[in-house]
Amino acid sequence: MNIIISNSSNAPIYEQIKEQIKSKILSNELKPGDLLPSIRNLAKDLRISVITTKNAYEELEREGYVETIPGKGTYIASKNVEIIKEEQMQKIEGLIDTAVSIAKISKITKEEIKDILDILYE
Amino acid sequence: MDNILEVKNLCKVYDRFSLKNISFELPKGTIMGLVGENGAGKSTTLKAILNLVKINNGSVKVFGLDMKDKEIEIKEDIGVVLDEGFFSEYLTPTNINDIMTGIYKNWSKELFFKYLEDFNLPKDKISKEYSTGMKMKLKIAVALAHKPKLLILDEPTSGLDPIARGDILDIFQDFIQDEEHSVLVSSHITSDLENIADYITFINNGEIVLSKTRDELIDKMRNCKMY
Repeated sequence: MNIIISNSSNAPIYEQIKEQIKSKILSNELKPGDLLPSIRNLAKDLRISVITTKNAYEELEREGYVETIPGKGTYIASKNVEIIKEEQMQKIEGLIDTAVSIAKISKITKEEIKDILDILYE
Repeated sequence: MDNILEVKNLCKVYDRFSLKNISFELPKGTIMGLVGENGAGKSTTLKAILNLVKINNGSVKVFGLDMKDKEIEIKEDIGVVLDEGFFSEYLTPTNINDIMTGIYKNWSKELFFKYLEDFNLPKDKISKEYSTGMKMKLKIAVALAHKPKLLILDEPTSGLDPIARGDILDIFQDFIQDEEHSVLVSSHITSDLENIADYITFINNGEIVLSKTRDELIDKMRNCKMY
């Protein structure tokens, strides 16, 4: 598993780990049932504190992305990918809704918004 | 989390310097960095924990046992690297093995030679011919070969280049892959500790200024501004 820690980033290290694991789950690089490295192993690989990796895993577990089986390890939670995607879709809908209201007020056409979308999605 | 080491109200009075009420706790499975400027009391604190200097007040508990009552028992399970004071430089690792076999009950010849091999240290060369980094790795190999649960090291990375320092930090992180193990390490090279230490304890002028987790320290205080 490839995780890159940036010291210049404003985000705390545990958050960087969390976000990168999340995006690997959504992109299907990590699949339900996959075993994550142990907190101690990951801390060693990244040369960071054990407490930092523990924090990252604990937050991922609280948000339902992973499951920890005591004595065995931390696994990517099953079935959750669909739910995660659904949540993300809702978030996107909300944001686009805001964009559409702004467009209507400013008389910007649907076509123009689609153009922006095309450019941004590249 | 259980504590492997508990230091309470440690006091040591010298003519010109004193340790004042040093208290901190080191949980199992973690690395603690002891930082502070030269003469702040880092080495004295480590020596006081190991009962190498007589303390005026306070208590030290290791593995839940009191250092005063069970010193020998406790020391079987501690690996120590101090700044100065080591074997004669005219001894080879093979000689050192012969000496240490008689000192620690749990000394393992196999483990010692395995560490020598892992650290790329020639076993029949006198340590006078070792580089500074190799000498430090030899000290650490000696400290590890009796299978300790707690490592106490005084300035293990000072005077070493970044690569050798990285190797040594790797050794510490390997060591705490076992959750029953902990490391207490003093250093004034803060970047070493900033990365791998779980707890940072800062000593200044014989007093503890703070003892916190690395995350609390770095993530919450990263936006400090100096005016």
